[in-house]
Amino acid sequence: MVRRKLVLSFPENIVTSPITYKLVKEFNLEFNILRAEITPDMEGKMLIELRGDKALIDDAIKYLTDTGVSVQEAAKDIIISKNKCIDCGICTSICITQALTLDSSSFKLKFNKDKCILCELCLDCCPVSAIKVHI
Amino acid sequence: MTRTIEEINEKIKNGKVVVLNAEEIIDYAEKKGIKRTAKEVDVVTTATFSPMCSSGAFLNFGHSDPPIKMTRVLLNDVPAYAGIAAVDAYIGATELSETEGLNYGGAHVIEDLISGKPIKLRATSAGTDCYPRREIETYITKDTINQAYLFNPRNAYQNYTAATNSSNRTIHTYMGKLLPNFGNVTYCSAGQLSPLLNDPYYRTIGIGTRIFLAGSQGYVSWHGTQHNPGKERLPNGTPAGLAGTLAVIGNLKEMSPEYLRACTFRGYGVTIFIGIGVPIPVIDEEMVEFLKIRDEDIYTEIFDYSVQRRNRPSYGKVNYRELRSGKIKIKGKSIQTGSISSYFKALEISNVLKQEIKKGKFYLTNYVAPLPAEEKYNTLDILSREEL
Ligand code: SF4
Ligand code: SF4
Repeated sequence: MVRRKLVLSFPENIVTSPITYKLVKEFNLEFNILRAEITPDMEGKMLIELRGDKALIDDAIKYLTDTGVSVQEAAKDIIISKNKCIDCGICTSICITQALTLDSSSFKLKFNKDKCILCELCLDCCPVSAIKVHI
Repeated sequence: MTRTIEEINEKIKNGKVVVLNAEEIIDYAEKKGIKRTAKEVDVVTTATFSPMCSSGAFLNFGHSDPPIKMTRVLLNDVPAYAGIAAVDAYIGATELSETEGLNYGGAHVIEDLISGKPIKLRATSAGTDCYPRREIETYITKDTINQAYLFNPRNAYQNYTAATNSSNRTIHTYMGKLLPNFGNVTYCSAGQLSPLLNDPYYRTIGIGTRIFLAGSQGYVSWHGTQHNPGKERLPNGTPAGLAGTLAVIGNLKEMSPEYLRACTFRGYGVTIFIGIGVPIPVIDEEMVEFLKIRDEDIYTEIFDYSVQRRNRPSYGKVNYRELRSGKIKIKGKSIQTGSISSYFKALEISNVLKQEIKKGKFYLTNYVAPLPAEEKYNTLDILSREEL
């Protein structure tokens, strides 16, 4: 029994529900959707946790990739460098889950890790390269 | 009630000056009324911390032995303009490195100089009888060279437009990354803290006004390029878009990287965040009317940056309070907003300037000449000589 966190990206034309159904039924996996969002370019993003037999998880990942879903390991983190960040707020307009916001009284950048779906949309928007992904 | 700069400076000297920042004055005037506020408050500090592309520095390297008349100058591989005398050069903020492209530019050279880091200087020349050397390669820091001063042709825009993207692809602009299908809106002004929005008709800010420039005491040297005072105004005096600008000057050697930061907008280029603070003297009651301006009283217009034309389609006006809330609506759709200008840093600068004035380290100035109240705003048209 192993546990893996994955980020799934669904292109516009893939319907998610039959896929998730299949994961549970055919691969006998415990399946937990931690967060899901549709990005502005209409790509569905999902942070999931799979639990089950290691070989079955590998099969499931292969099945997902074959259907056109891109699968990334979520064993990483978004890191904001406090030294570099100048608290402008550009990234807060990019982050669809509002993991990145400006504090309403201090106007400092706040990062709420629990809301982050690791979509990486914010990575290239920071003018001072304060946002990095830590693997 | 009227108050002169001389009276204010006397109070600064005696440690009796009353200073508020442009955020604090809002509630103060609300509670105490215009008359009392004008009587009690001497100075209001305003500030902004934003990318200001039209910036750069004049440097004088000193003479080598044998001397050289530099015609091509590279600072850490970034070209500087050397068409002025033998060892003077101007390093522009948006100039790109010949080896590192968008990752390093003139802005980074300026930031590195200010931080005291060594900069590699390479220069070439045809050589003359009086300047025989044809090549030089050496290292400089801000302490080994002669004068080094920022001279920024256009800073502190009175207001700026907001940007969105109606197309179906992500675009990378000087207004940041704009997501497709109205995915976000970016904007760039300190709003209620911004210098020229607090003195919309330039009653106190003019040529010669002493300002906080990236940590140093600098000056307004001229009206900035593209200064457009004729932009239509709201009844409160503020323009709902691009209007006045300042050209500013200050000693690079006294600046701090805390208040000046090189940056890269992906897909656009290198530019520079500059921190500017301007103290506004409360010369009369009318000044309080201008100074008590709030984000909700200041408007800007949202333009579609996916349209690659000088005149982009507008999606209407919006005020800074709405923008700063993080979400606005365009055509019924809720859209996330983000600022490019750092309000946090602007607030910090307004407070630093406030403390400097209170401690008697910063005195106010009368301007030497006013900024133009009228100026034609030209566009560049493609004409033949006969059509001119
Ligand atoms: S875009 Fe970069 S500098 Fe601006 S608030 Fe976000 S992390 Fe900080
Ligand atoms: S990766 Fe960045 S944009 Fe995406 S959810 Fe996390 S913080 Fe927000």
